[in-house]
Amino acid sequence: MNVPVLQRKGPARQTRIVIAAPRRWSLPDLARLWEAREVLLRFSRRDITLRYRQTALGVIWVILQPLLAAGVLTFVFSSVAKLPSGGVPPILYTFAGLLLYNLMNSVISRGSNSLISNSSLVSKVYFPRLLVPLSTAGSALLDFVVSLLFMAVLLAIYGVAPGFAVVLVPVWLLLTVCLAAGVAFMASALTVSYRDVQYIIPFLLQLVLYASPVAYSIGKISPHYRLLYDLNPLTWLLDDIRWSLLHQPQPSTPILTLSVVVPLVVLLFGSFVFQTLERGFADII
Amino acid sequence: MSVGTEPAVSVSHVSKQYRIRQRGEGPATAAEAALGLLRGRTKPSYFNAVDDVSFEVAWGDIVGLIGRNGAGKSTLLKVLTRITAPSSGRAVLGGRVGSLLEVGTGFHPELTGRENIYLNGTLLGMRRKEIERRFDEIVDFAGVDDFLDTQVKRFSTGMYIRLAFGVAAHLQSEILMVDEVLAVGDAEFQEKCLGKMREVAKTGRCVFLVSHQVHTVRALATRSLYLQHGKLIYDGTVEGALEVYKASFERVGTDDVMEASMRKGTGEVRFANVRSAKDSFEVAEDKVVEFVTVASPELSRKHHVLCDVLDANREIVARCDSRLVEFYVNPSNEVRGTVTLRTPWLRPGVYTVDLSLWATRVATDIWEGACSFRVLPILPYAGTGTPNSTSGAPVLADFAYSQK
Repeated sequence: MNVPVLQRKGPARQTRIVIAAPRRWSLPDLARLWEAREVLLRFSRRDITLRYRQTALGVIWVILQPLLAAGVLTFVFSSVAKLPSGGVPPILYTFAGLLLYNLMNSVISRGSNSLISNSSLVSKVYFPRLLVPLSTAGSALLDFVVSLLFMAVLLAIYGVAPGFAVVLVPVWLLLTVCLAAGVAFMASALTVSYRDVQYIIPFLLQLVLYASPVAYSIGKISPHYRLLYDLNPLTWLLDDIRWSLLHQPQPSTPILTLSVVVPLVVLLFGSFVFQTLERGFADII
Repeated sequence: MSVGTEPAVSVSHVSKQYRIRQRGEGPATAAEAALGLLRGRTKPSYFNAVDDVSFEVAWGDIVGLIGRNGAGKSTLLKVLTRITAPSSGRAVLGGRVGSLLEVGTGFHPELTGRENIYLNGTLLGMRRKEIERRFDEIVDFAGVDDFLDTQVKRFSTGMYIRLAFGVAAHLQSEILMVDEVLAVGDAEFQEKCLGKMREVAKTGRCVFLVSHQVHTVRALATRSLYLQHGKLIYDGTVEGALEVYKASFERVGTDDVMEASMRKGTGEVRFANVRSAKDSFEVAEDKVVEFVTVASPELSRKHHVLCDVLDANREIVARCDSRLVEFYVNPSNEVRGTVTLRTPWLRPGVYTVDLSLWATRVATDIWEGACSFRVLPILPYAGTGTPNSTSGAPVLADFAYSQK
């Protein structure tokens, strides 16, 4: 019966899904993630569309937000507190720092809330859950790219020419996303059980903004605190991107190595935590 | 079946276990969890929502999964759709699965109709190309051509449901799993959806359907599984499963009382006890059901009672909403009350009563099959007819003839 139809559907029938109790510890299945890549794109698109729908200025906000923030921070740290900015115009120095910080900030803060704000999806339909926090990177990346273009304009205005290291900008960008995504995976998975996390994260992010050399250079920091700065992965990445964009000195080899290795380790660990907790999401959320 | 030898769905020894949390027990915050770790864990209690279930489904089958509230139907479906993982056991699905556990999964009110079709379709497991190919069909099915670029939040409820269903109805996956969603929408639309599902099965794919509505299962399914307390206790024809289903209601009050914790509803206020005043009533006699609620001193919002009387086929023959007669339960006291059904006259047979307690639109307790009674074949009419005289209509009428 129905043979013609079945033959047409033949190849699709090859897919075979095995459902079994998950192992206690597991890493995300990359093949499944790839299979569901369209979900990722749709989510990212939805987030981007929604963010600027019913706003009068629309995408202009993407530039305006970091610019206003950079202005305030430059005023506070350079004009009032008189902290050094590595010999380049303070606004450039701060804007470059904010580029990275904002990327990390939005991936972590949007990512960590993403599972709860999509709880109806988590409990009603199947797709690799990792895509939910991951999709927040889409809109954050768009913001980054737009800000980066604006950065180019600023560089031109102030007549600062970045050196050859500018080609490494995409690498720093990716590493920042890895670092932030790793944290976002952990935070979002923990938020499912413990809503406390969603109150802690914004506070920590605020703390990181002031405790990292985002709007000032590290030069004048007292040696007491120096170790804290040296252990902060964001400090390394900030050094990296300022080297690429603003002709700042090239970071030492250990720093360069660490700034590559640590974000990848955090990403791996974050996915591991996420995947291990994932099996309980639909039951708890 | 003609394709290979592999079944569409093969489930072996699947169980799903939940940890039960008593009120006030178990950590709700990270701080409490940390404290709990220091103090040492209390022994948790477990409950098997799905208990060692095994079965196979062939291609082209429409399987109706039935059982009473809390029998584990929805949990089993969630395991098979990979929303939640089984605790043990294994299931093999022979194709892509499209699941429909809710109408409009992922619909976002701020997005337009067009954007939602793509988002929803992708979530349900369709590829972009498939959606593009079937886009016009979906829009046609839903009848929303003029509103494609309008935000869904400005849609009427009917349009919203039709659009959501339109997307789901055009899923091309080999296995389709549907949960109770046919309950929404008007009769005409439901018929359209049933037709769509039959079409799916005709092309050799496989449909898995959970429903409370006997007529849906009967109209659609070719085979039926009956679940009770998480166990599969019947696997066979639809009629057979419905017999078991009905029987489970007749035995109510003896060995199969639904535990309060298994019943739906928030549980803030529950019935302690529900019983029929008599085991059997005559046709024209008042049928009285007595109930007692549990006092919840901290609550003050008034609750109303909904009493449904169902015949042996689980069709509702009478609905008594206490708001219509201005009766309310004060939840802070233990309330002893009665429902008296004066008319219509019920045909002889066995009836069950579903009783529920509501705070406006929130159910605090839904007790299906709370009690049952028999209506004796003692007719209130003076004359005698043939069996035909009292069959055909769902209830008996109180009527008179006269000549002018």
